[in-house]
Amino acid sequence: MTEPKLVQIWVYLSASPLLGLAMTLVVYSLAYRLYIRANSNPLLNPVVTSVAVLIGILLATNTTYDVYFDGAQFVHFLLGPATVALAVPLYQQFAKLKQVWLPVTVALMAGVLVGTFSSITIAKLLGASLETQLSLAPKSVTAPVAMGISEQIGGLHSLTAALVVVTGIIGAVIGTKLFDLMGVKDDSVKGIAMGLTAHGIGTARAFQVSDQMGAFSGLAMALSAFTYAIVLPWLLGLIGMID
Amino acid sequence: MNFLNGITLLLIYQLVGEVSVRLLELPIPGPVMGMVMLFISLVLSDPVKAAVEPAATSLLSHLSLLFVPAGVGLMVHFHRLAEEWLPISTTLIVGTIVTMAVTAWVMQLAGRWVTGEKRQDD
Repeated sequence: MTEPKLVQIWVYLSASPLLGLAMTLVVYSLAYRLYIRANSNPLLNPVVTSVAVLIGILLATNTTYDVYFDGAQFVHFLLGPATVALAVPLYQQFAKLKQVWLPVTVALMAGVLVGTFSSITIAKLLGASLETQLSLAPKSVTAPVAMGISEQIGGLHSLTAALVVVTGIIGAVIGTKLFDLMGVKDDSVKGIAMGLTAHGIGTARAFQVSDQMGAFSGLAMALSAFTYAIVLPWLLGLIGMID
Repeated sequence: MNFLNGITLLLIYQLVGEVSVRLLELPIPGPVMGMVMLFISLVLSDPVKAAVEPAATSLLSHLSLLFVPAGVGLMVHFHRLAEEWLPISTTLIVGTIVTMAVTAWVMQLAGRWVTGEKRQDD
């Protein structure tokens, strides 16, 4: 193949959504295989490795995020139907949920309050700008919902999306260790704490521990998304951070 | 066909969710509303469950993949991250640990309290 032909192909590929989409899927499947090979070591969480590799490739080829996202948006779009699909594991655990609705409700309230005020307070004390504080506030909420909240309260929705992913990764990585340290053994408690803090990424991790932990994590993620969406704008207005 | 029916239903619930939050001016995202509606349908109807289950399960089994495009978005914010890396990273790490620990602790405590009450009733 001659040099100009290669250039032509690159010009075509870089303008088409195909490359961004294919790249996302290929890199993720490789990252996922690596993760399974390493006995599900949380440090090799496939989201972390995929994001790092993809950013590396984009920087190396001088490709902007917008061009990449033209293709990757097809994957990103599935977050919507996936959020709807969470009703299924929720329903499968409905019988168990009815027994523990009271502790779940109390934990949910505590989690949302601590989640909101811990992020705002720490960020403020260490001198983060108001925009960053507001972008951090919904960091524990599942990405599609968090982006909506962030926009509503005056944060930067793309920054929030990235912070949400990092929060999920931190939660997935430290979660099981933290529960061991605290002596928490009940999978329903672990699942609720995981899903409330680390949303979908934590839920994906929870399903690897047990179906019960996964379903409760999915439940907490769904309930907390709902609660955050209603409570957060009101709470921030109350403490005078937003109008 | 099974998968097609399932994914179609999920999209319809999302669509109805999106439309209804706009019509009712609710401050919650459309997909969350769609999830609540699907949950109610599952409680009420077995056919919905059979139709939606395979698609939902396969979609959720690769949930991590769906976060990758948003995660790559970090590259747009390198400048802000370089300036505010200390507050951001501390908030993410400490905030996550504190939130997770408090939630687990409160739920464990509330759970014990509830089962303790039940034992006293017996």
